[in-house]
Amino acid sequence: MLLINCPYCGERPEPEFVYGGEAHIARPKDPDSQGPQDWVRYLYRRDNTRGVHAERWRHTHGCGRFFNALRDTTTDHFLVTYKTGEPRPDPAKATP
Amino acid sequence: MRSLIGERQWPALSATAYVHVLPPAQRFVLRGDAAARAAAESALGVPVPQQACRAGTDGARAALWLGPDEWLLVAPAADQEAQGALEHALGGLAHSLVEVSHRQLGLLVSGPEAERLLNAGCPLDLDIGPFPVGMCTRTMLSKAEVVLWRTGTQEFRLEVWRSFAPYVTAYLAEAARGI
Repeated sequence: MLLINCPYCGERPEPEFVYGGEAHIARPKDPDSQGPQDWVRYLYRRDNTRGVHAERWRHTHGCGRFFNALRDTTTDHFLVTYKTGEPRPDPAKATP
Repeated sequence: MRSLIGERQWPALSATAYVHVLPPAQRFVLRGDAAARAAAESALGVPVPQQACRAGTDGARAALWLGPDEWLLVAPAADQEAQGALEHALGGLAHSLVEVSHRQLGLLVSGPEAERLLNAGCPLDLDIGPFPVGMCTRTMLSKAEVVLWRTGTQEFRLEVWRSFAPYVTAYLAEAARGI
C-alpha cells in the first residue's frame, strides 16, 4: 500500500488521505482590481504538470490537516511532504 | 447480524480475540490553541497530549490527541463534574467544545490476536513497537472512520460512530472467522 508521510502523524496508508488539488495558489490580495479573466485564472486554470507537481493533500481520516506534497505525476512517487505555509522545497534536494 | 448497541457483553468472537461494547461515556471534542489545551488539562486533571497520536489518562478520564489543535476528551457517564469544570476553565478563551457523548460507541477489542483482528480492516502497523500502549489515532477500519487507542499490550479501544457500529461489529465478527 502506498504510504504518505503526514507532517503531523508520520507515514500513514493512502486511504486515510484525500487529494486537494494544486498547491501554492494564492487568492488575489485586492479582489476589487481583478477582472473576469484574472478570476478565471485563479479559480479554474491549473498547470496539469507532467512530472514533479506541488499539490495539497488532506489527512482526512487522521489528524484532519491539509499539507503540501511534491509528487511525480508520472510515477506517483512522493518526493517530500511539508506543512502548509512553508515554501516549496527544491525537488533536487528533497528526500522522501 | 443482530444489533449490538445497548449490549454490554458480546460473546468471544474466537478463542483469541474478543469484542465488548463499553458502557456509555461522556465525550467532548475540544479544539483550541495551546492556552485552551492547558486550561482543559488543569480542569480535567488529565494530561492533554501535545505529542502527536498520544493519549493521556488519569483514572477513568482520558484525553486523546486527534490533531494538532483537536482532542477527544472522555469521562465516565457518572462523572458529574467534568463538563462543568471544562466549561468554567475554558470560558474567556477562544475554543470549541462540542459534546459528542451519544455520537459514538466504545468497543473494547482484546485478546492475543486483537492486532490481527483489527488488521483485517485497518492497514496501520499495530505491532507493539510502532503502535505502543498509549498511542491513539483516527484511522479507517475497512470503510468506517474510527478512533483507535491502544490501552494495553493486548487491548484496544475503538470509538465508532453510532451509525457505523453495526457495520464495524459485523465486520469484526466476519474477520474473526479467519483467525
